[in-house]
Amino acid sequence: MAMPAFDKTEYNYDIVKFFTLATCFWGVVGMLVGLVIALQMAFPQLNFEPYLTFGRLRPLHTSGVVFAFGGNALFATSYYIIQRTCRTRLWGDKWASFTFWGYQAFIVMAALGYVLGVTQGKEYAEPEWYADLWLTIVWVAYLIVFMMTIIKRKEPHLYVANWFFLAFIITVAVLHLGNNLNVPVDLLSAKSYSLPSGVQSAMIQWWYGHNAVGFFLTAGFLGMMYYFIPKRAERPVYSYRLSIVHFWSLIFIYIWAGPHHLHYTALPDWAQTLGMTFSIMLWMPSWGGMINGMMTLSGAWHKLRKDPVLQFMIVSLAFYGMSTFEGPLMSIRAVNALSHYTDWTIGHVHSGALGWVGFITFGCLYYLVPKLWNRDEVYSLKLVSIHLWVATLGIVLYITAMWISGIMQGLMWRSYNEMGFLNYSFVETVAAMHPYYLIRSLGGLLYLSGAVLMCYNFYRTIRGDVAKNEVDKEGQPRQAVTQVYASQPVHVS
Amino acid sequence: MNPLKKHEFLEKNSFVLLIAIIVTILIGGIIEIIPLFRAETVIEPVKGVRPYTPLELAGYNIYIREGCYNCHSQQIRPLRDEVERYGHYSLAAESMYDHPFQWGSKRTGPDLARVGKKYSDEWHVAHMMDPRSVVPESIMPSYRFLMNRGLKMHDLPQHLEALALVGVPYTDEMIKNAKQDALRQATGEPRANTSALLERYGENVAARDFDGQPNLVSEMDALVAYLQMLGTLVDFNLTKEVEAELNQPKPENTPVQQEVTP
Repeated sequence: MAMPAFDKTEYNYDIVKFFTLATCFWGVVGMLVGLVIALQMAFPQLNFEPYLTFGRLRPLHTSGVVFAFGGNALFATSYYIIQRTCRTRLWGDKWASFTFWGYQAFIVMAALGYVLGVTQGKEYAEPEWYADLWLTIVWVAYLIVFMMTIIKRKEPHLYVANWFFLAFIITVAVLHLGNNLNVPVDLLSAKSYSLPSGVQSAMIQWWYGHNAVGFFLTAGFLGMMYYFIPKRAERPVYSYRLSIVHFWSLIFIYIWAGPHHLHYTALPDWAQTLGMTFSIMLWMPSWGGMINGMMTLSGAWHKLRKDPVLQFMIVSLAFYGMSTFEGPLMSIRAVNALSHYTDWTIGHVHSGALGWVGFITFGCLYYLVPKLWNRDEVYSLKLVSIHLWVATLGIVLYITAMWISGIMQGLMWRSYNEMGFLNYSFVETVAAMHPYYLIRSLGGLLYLSGAVLMCYNFYRTIRGDVAKNEVDKEGQPRQAVTQVYASQPVHVS
Repeated sequence: MNPLKKHEFLEKNSFVLLIAIIVTILIGGIIEIIPLFRAETVIEPVKGVRPYTPLELAGYNIYIREGCYNCHSQQIRPLRDEVERYGHYSLAAESMYDHPFQWGSKRTGPDLARVGKKYSDEWHVAHMMDPRSVVPESIMPSYRFLMNRGLKMHDLPQHLEALALVGVPYTDEMIKNAKQDALRQATGEPRANTSALLERYGENVAARDFDGQPNLVSEMDALVAYLQMLGTLVDFNLTKEVEAELNQPKPENTPVQQEVTP
């Protein structure tokens, strides 16, 4: 593709840098809170009432990793990708920096609320009405910045990554508004009551909840996958046709899958059955996307051997494939009867969140940070490799512990003795979980350590350092940036 | 090649793409959600279900504030072991005044949909003060502070007003007397004082000093009052015949119905 010359210094990289640093910061915070609540489940003495109990910290963890870590990563990468693929500077510098500070303010507002006991009591939609209104304003600004950049693009085609980002931004807006129709008790009161109640509020909450996964943690991150894997592998996307099929089938089917969170509840059967059916169908577009990403390496598989950044991206797709197979399986009523209410669900979420969302983000950041700060590569690729293995080991410990504890608890709950009585009291099943909660905590600690390692790597990268024995693509020793500055003028590449 | 050519149009016209996305993602939600608002087809009428008293509502709000839903469900599934462990499976009507629902998604602790009247008030208070004093293997946090913290009652009328606005049948009288009703339910004595409360909310309202501190209406009073009424509103002996009639062609996932002995 012939490209007219475009001065890359005209891109707004500053805003991407801000969001990138925020991603690293909130990532460590969110994972740390995750480790704390994992330990609280193993050692209840670690609950400190009233502010630091499991019930108040768990939303802090989920919002911290999903909206703070994941959200900032989505802002950073979408702002980077939209500029690169439209070959134009991001529209509205002030608007863009408003989305940054506005979004951080939302996170702080929500987090303070949780610790102080301000919550709507709906999973992943805990922020109260005032924070929701604020987020709506920020989100509209985000959509405006994104759309205006698209309008002034210099590239006629809108690249596939941007379709996913667009679907992510607009669908999250619809879900957010739909699930937060609340009446505040008083304009000076943080408390509000939701418009729907009971069954209806359950359906709307899980329409929201499941698609927070589908559009926030999947569609947006698929946008990252569609840009950064081809870039890092230096190969075009495997199949354009598959991209189209993948995109439309994914966004159409995902929306229906919410009721699988409500099997065997008071929700009408027809809705449960629809949710299950579409969840099973969802397997196909999910794997279509995984295949499109992996096969992008066609002809470049040798790169996977040496490049830990590419390894991060491809392992993330493997976890994506695994958890999008496990999800449809768990949505089948008979399986759900066992898995629901147990740790199996927690394990499933984390194989997707740690394996897919986390790893694709790490891979993209390892690509992005050197580009943004104008370095040829991160400080140390060896550290990237260590991060990969430490984090993978952490995930494996985490999800296997949760599989065992979840399935075991589900089986204990329904176990009968030969007299026809229930075999275990509830608390006996709680006691049986203890060793697995310890293993899970260890897995979380390893994963968090990897993230800290990444932050250190970025710190040294930004400083311009290069680790000992690091070589470039030609096998030549890499030089620290300060030396490059001293010897020759800097070229923006 | 044709479909791809057509798709090119979307790729070059971002507003058309945006609208196509919106239409695509709205379909599933509309089909699954809108029919649920024809409540008469979703929520079977059940005798006994009533809105929360002001004190119970305050307890419900403490339950939400402390994030109890993160570890406790309030939804018993029609599975043999669950109805034996927890009681009759949950009915839609039983959570019809919960704004929002508290069905939960995880049982780190047991289901609470029918915890009401299973334990004494003293047990609940001891359990909140130090869960491991009554259940040694428990991993629940302690909630001692609820005992010392006075219940905020002055804004209860506004809470009832907001709920009336979203459809809970609170009368003007209930709204006006919300604070008094909460106070009376949490003290219980003398009996004469609670008669107006019972008149408004029904004879099955429990009015007594829940936390064992006669001189203080604490948050513990409210939370225990809430827990003690959970799942107790419907008398399943009374509704058995009605249910059997309503469920004539029985859905296959409710095979346990006859086995339930309330």
